[in-house]
Amino acid sequence: MSNTKIIRESLKKRHLAESRFKAYGILGIISATLFLMAILSTIYIEGKSAFKSTYIKINIFYDPSIIDPEGTRDIEEIKFANYRKIIKNSLKNYFPEVIGREELKNLISFISSSEEENLMKAVLENNELIGSDKIVWLKASSTIDVINKNPEMKNLPESNRLISDQELVWFNKLVLSGDVKFGLNKDFFLKADSTEPEQAGILGSILGSFFTLLITLILSFPVAVAAGVFLEELAPKNKFTDFIEININNLAAVPSIIFGLLGLAIFLNLMHLPRSAPVVGGMVLALMTLPTIIIATRVSLKAVPPSIREAAIGLGATKFQAVIHHVLPLAVPGIATGTIIGMSRALGESAPLLLIGMVAFIVDIPGSFVDSATVLPVQIYLWKSTAARGFVELTAAGVIVLLTFLILMNALAIFVRNKFEKKW
Amino acid sequence: MKKMLYILSITLLFGLNYNAFARDQIKIVGSSTVYPFATVVAERFGKSSGFKTPVIESTGSGGGLKLFCAGLGTEHPDITNASRRIKTKEVQKCSKNGVDDITEIKVGFDGIALANAKSGPTLKLSLKELYLALARVVPADKEGNTVKPNPYKMWNEINPDLPAAPIVVIGPPPTSGTRDAFNELAIEKGCKKFPGRKALKKENKKLYKAECRGIREDGPYVEAGENDNLIIEKLVADPGAIGVFGYSFLDQNRDKVKPSEIDGVLPKFEDISSGKYPVSRSLFFYVKNAHAAVIPGIKEYVREFTAEKAIGSDGYLISKGLIPLPNDERMKFAKDGKKLAKFNPKELIKK
Repeated sequence: MSNTKIIRESLKKRHLAESRFKAYGILGIISATLFLMAILSTIYIEGKSAFKSTYIKINIFYDPSIIDPEGTRDIEEIKFANYRKIIKNSLKNYFPEVIGREELKNLISFISSSEEENLMKAVLENNELIGSDKIVWLKASSTIDVINKNPEMKNLPESNRLISDQELVWFNKLVLSGDVKFGLNKDFFLKADSTEPEQAGILGSILGSFFTLLITLILSFPVAVAAGVFLEELAPKNKFTDFIEININNLAAVPSIIFGLLGLAIFLNLMHLPRSAPVVGGMVLALMTLPTIIIATRVSLKAVPPSIREAAIGLGATKFQAVIHHVLPLAVPGIATGTIIGMSRALGESAPLLLIGMVAFIVDIPGSFVDSATVLPVQIYLWKSTAARGFVELTAAGVIVLLTFLILMNALAIFVRNKFEKKW
Repeated sequence: MKKMLYILSITLLFGLNYNAFARDQIKIVGSSTVYPFATVVAERFGKSSGFKTPVIESTGSGGGLKLFCAGLGTEHPDITNASRRIKTKEVQKCSKNGVDDITEIKVGFDGIALANAKSGPTLKLSLKELYLALARVVPADKEGNTVKPNPYKMWNEINPDLPAAPIVVIGPPPTSGTRDAFNELAIEKGCKKFPGRKALKKENKKLYKAECRGIREDGPYVEAGENDNLIIEKLVADPGAIGVFGYSFLDQNRDKVKPSEIDGVLPKFEDISSGKYPVSRSLFFYVKNAHAAVIPGIKEYVREFTAEKAIGSDGYLISKGLIPLPNDERMKFAKDGKKLAKFNPKELIKK
């Protein structure tokens, strides 16, 4: 058999192998896309309802005998008035048939307890309200909200439902008379964690993430760029710098929990920094982000053509001047891209923060680097492990917020790279 | 840019210094079972008292006591929650680090429920059957004088009345207070039903504890982490499996899971409270009294947690699934909390 014949006969087989290989690739991409779509769509379907919440229309009578019995309009008096009773009286007017103490208690649990505070604030803002009637939409409690969002639950037998038969009758009456509506869930964007799902919000953890990442950026960026420039441009090539380089590359692959252990041992136990504080979280994440930025810096410095350096040095610049004036500015887009990607990894990180106490129930919105705070992924974890039903949608909504931030940051990285990067 | 960094680093330093000297927010650590109750108290306390809302970390009972006992000073927590009582060893560790003035407050009871998916069969189990299904070693003879590794794979191998289904129990890991309580209240009680095993307690307490509380590690008991919601999701996905978790989680998920009868009793509010339901334990928190003078609000927080409106038979924690203490006991602990009575470790030995 001649060689050409062998080749010709094997041709078909080789072509087949090639198309098979192609098909595997396409299959891989399709399945990856499908998984991604499945994850994103379940999160979206589960989470979208958290952005709205149920409101109930009630005619509130700002009873002067409850709010301000003395008629002095004293602020302290107004602050400590029993607003629950005002809501109760208004509900009583709506449902005159409800008289029993236990029944009234169930009825008033329709309204979120946060509304007592809101009524108080409204009165403080406008004293004229006292003694007047006003129709207001009050936020419903989480149980009512869950029922309203999942109408199929109404058909379940009483023992499997979150509310009793009687409460369902009341709720249906409200729905029939058009006194129930969906509105924007503002608390979700303006509050921090709460034990009541309808009052829990994401702002506290967004700010926690913000403070943490700011510290991470302030600490890791200058150090990492300096280290990268030194190693790439100025350091002599010897065994010692090789050793450092290997270590930095290894550090980039160290599991993040290790950095948490380090933070626990050094920052908390040795330096006695406060637990649960963004400053410590930022320091831990800075250690984690450092190698990523160093590597990005070195790669983008390497991509600057040597002719630039040589030209600068040829014109009498020192090595340092050549780097600072000419090479580094050209490498900035690459460094920025690497930094943003490192930051978005830090944003999604939760494991090292578990060890330094950033997994906590925190109601007050953090105002500084040392206030106790959680971060977005940890808040999602906390909501996921809570019993109340209303937190299921909040968990998914938290994921949506986190993913939005991540997509924005990565999009920024791509934008910076495409816009400013020079092709040689 | 340079100036900005400079200013930032200076404010940072000042911020740190400030915090090293003072803290005006209570820090609480401890049990994941007490966590949902403590958070409610903390939130109400923060809203009504004018103090900052306490920060609560869920570390598990053991982890919480470890942090709590690490020493005095603002970097250590002020209060720890526990779903079991403090151990003598922990008391010793505490006092070694200078934490010897603590107050013990019991807040209520929690039942440990065994439940499976709504679509599965309703199970009626006895403690003895539970022990036989889950212990690492089971009696080899009728009296329980000798033991063998647990051979049972199916429920009906233990009792022909039980379904012919493989034993799959999903429960908490050993770091959890729920697990400690489950081992002690369910498995050990079942173990004691065998006279030979009971006799072993007097002869060799260590071996007895290891054998009567040890849970099998060959598959049928699946450790699910400290996340009770995850257990519920797994139960829904696998109708044949049984989950182990606190009563409050059962209460919140009645539409997904249903409880099993233990020794003929369902985990119901009244039966856990009266002690008729066999698998129930007490919930506690411990206060570091030396901190009460330094951190504002500790006494007030304790008062809020022991108040009738919180843990009384009609309290707001009761609607969250806490089982209330008898009234006189609650009054006793409210009094202890008011004067921050020093905990006497001898109470632990008495038992």
